[in-house]
Amino acid sequence: MRIPRFLGWTWLLAASLACAGLHAGQPATKAVILATTTSTQDSGLLDELIPRFAKQTGYVVKTIAVGSGQAIAMGKKGEADVLLVHSPDAEKALMAEGSGANRRIVMHNDFILLGPATDPAHLRGKGAAAAFQAIAAGHALFISRGDNSGTHAQEKKLWAAAGLKPEGAWYQQTGLGMGQTLAVASEKRAYTLSDRGTYLALHKKLGLEILSEGDAALLNVYHVIEVNPARHPKVNTPGARAFADFLVSKDVQTLIKEFGIGTFGSPLFFPDAGKPE
Amino acid sequence: MDLIWEGLRKALELLLTLDPEVLRITLLSLEVSGLATLISLVIGLGIAIPVALNEFPGKRLVIALLNTGMGLPPVVVGLFVTVLLWRSGPFGFLEILYTPTAMILAQAVIASPIIAGISLSALQHLPPGLRLQILALGASRPQMVWLLLKEARLPLLAAVMAGFGGVISEVGASIMVGGNIKGQTRVLTTATVMETSKGNFEVAFALSILLLVLAFTVNAVLTHLQQRNRPR
Repeated sequence: MRIPRFLGWTWLLAASLACAGLHAGQPATKAVILATTTSTQDSGLLDELIPRFAKQTGYVVKTIAVGSGQAIAMGKKGEADVLLVHSPDAEKALMAEGSGANRRIVMHNDFILLGPATDPAHLRGKGAAAAFQAIAAGHALFISRGDNSGTHAQEKKLWAAAGLKPEGAWYQQTGLGMGQTLAVASEKRAYTLSDRGTYLALHKKLGLEILSEGDAALLNVYHVIEVNPARHPKVNTPGARAFADFLVSKDVQTLIKEFGIGTFGSPLFFPDAGKPE
Repeated sequence: MDLIWEGLRKALELLLTLDPEVLRITLLSLEVSGLATLISLVIGLGIAIPVALNEFPGKRLVIALLNTGMGLPPVVVGLFVTVLLWRSGPFGFLEILYTPTAMILAQAVIASPIIAGISLSALQHLPPGLRLQILALGASRPQMVWLLLKEARLPLLAAVMAGFGGVISEVGASIMVGGNIKGQTRVLTTATVMETSKGNFEVAFALSILLLVLAFTVNAVLTHLQQRNRPR
């Protein structure tokens, strides 16, 4: 009995080493690291686009879905090759700092102000600034992303535009992605700001309604940025360029336009490639 | 309650239809955590055996450090490993961040102190006269170590189970160093987090059930190994 058991362990070890070797054999040079926002992943758009890109070009894409703030920070450190983000002020800062090489518009949707159907602070039909003032005046519970994401940056901008500094027990931060933040807001019957794409993808499971929309201040624009190889020499430049070109290509723009119509009844994103900001 | 039934139904459905994506996620979980546990077993015993069998100044400090390491938070390990593996980090040239290899590495760091700590106390728990007895019967030192390990195999397998349980269930390090990339580094725990954030609670629940089944199966096998020929 003794010898076979000992051999059993050896086999296991040999098998595991073989597996490890398999992984080591993967070509590392062809991978493109895409740092992006949670909304592109949570809405399911990337699951549609990435396999198509892989098939067209042969590049392996490593998608790291984090908030736009973290995605841009990864670009700044040269830890990502290409960014798909929606935080215009932070993007411009990145370009000015020199870590971004080529910033192109991809698509837009809009931010919407959500809350329970009972709407205790009477937001329905108000513009963005008036709605934020009503929330603060009524000390109505508001759930913020609080994670430096594009949506959080937009939210801070909207509070500032309304002349307010949100503070107090009614203003709570989750530090989570959009999907989870929506779930928290729904459970707590609170107000929150979301991009339309993630809300449409999830709204059947949420007790939240759109209370304020359509304000020009609520526009949500996504850009693709290639990380500057002059600043970060380890960047996969051809891969980043291929992915950025892919996003603004005619086929993919059509795909973006039609994405979600079948599942959610309306498009989640509107293609914008080639348009001025 | 509905959610639980729906989750169970979905889990069965995913299992029975052998959904290729779910299968791949499950196998990767098993592979990453299994390999990490094996590596940790080697490292853990490599630390536990010399510490248990030798007297040296600072031994208590080493043991205290090992015991602290048993509670190493996965996110802390994840953060350290990520920073080390960044392109701009000292091991960036390896280009293994966001690969299963990086996940195995991080999980091995988490499991090694667990296995070392439990193995150490297992070896220290053996009757002190046993070593002398074995040596007196003319055994060489490797033979003596082998016999001691065999004698302590019950708690040693418990150490392996604790190590495996620690890494198969952790999510913090895996999501940081792996990135939860579809088809490459997505494992059961990170997929569960993602499906939850997508609002797909049934799928998340189904993945959780799969994780529990996987953990149970592995532990059942190890328990079988542990309990057969048990000294009575």
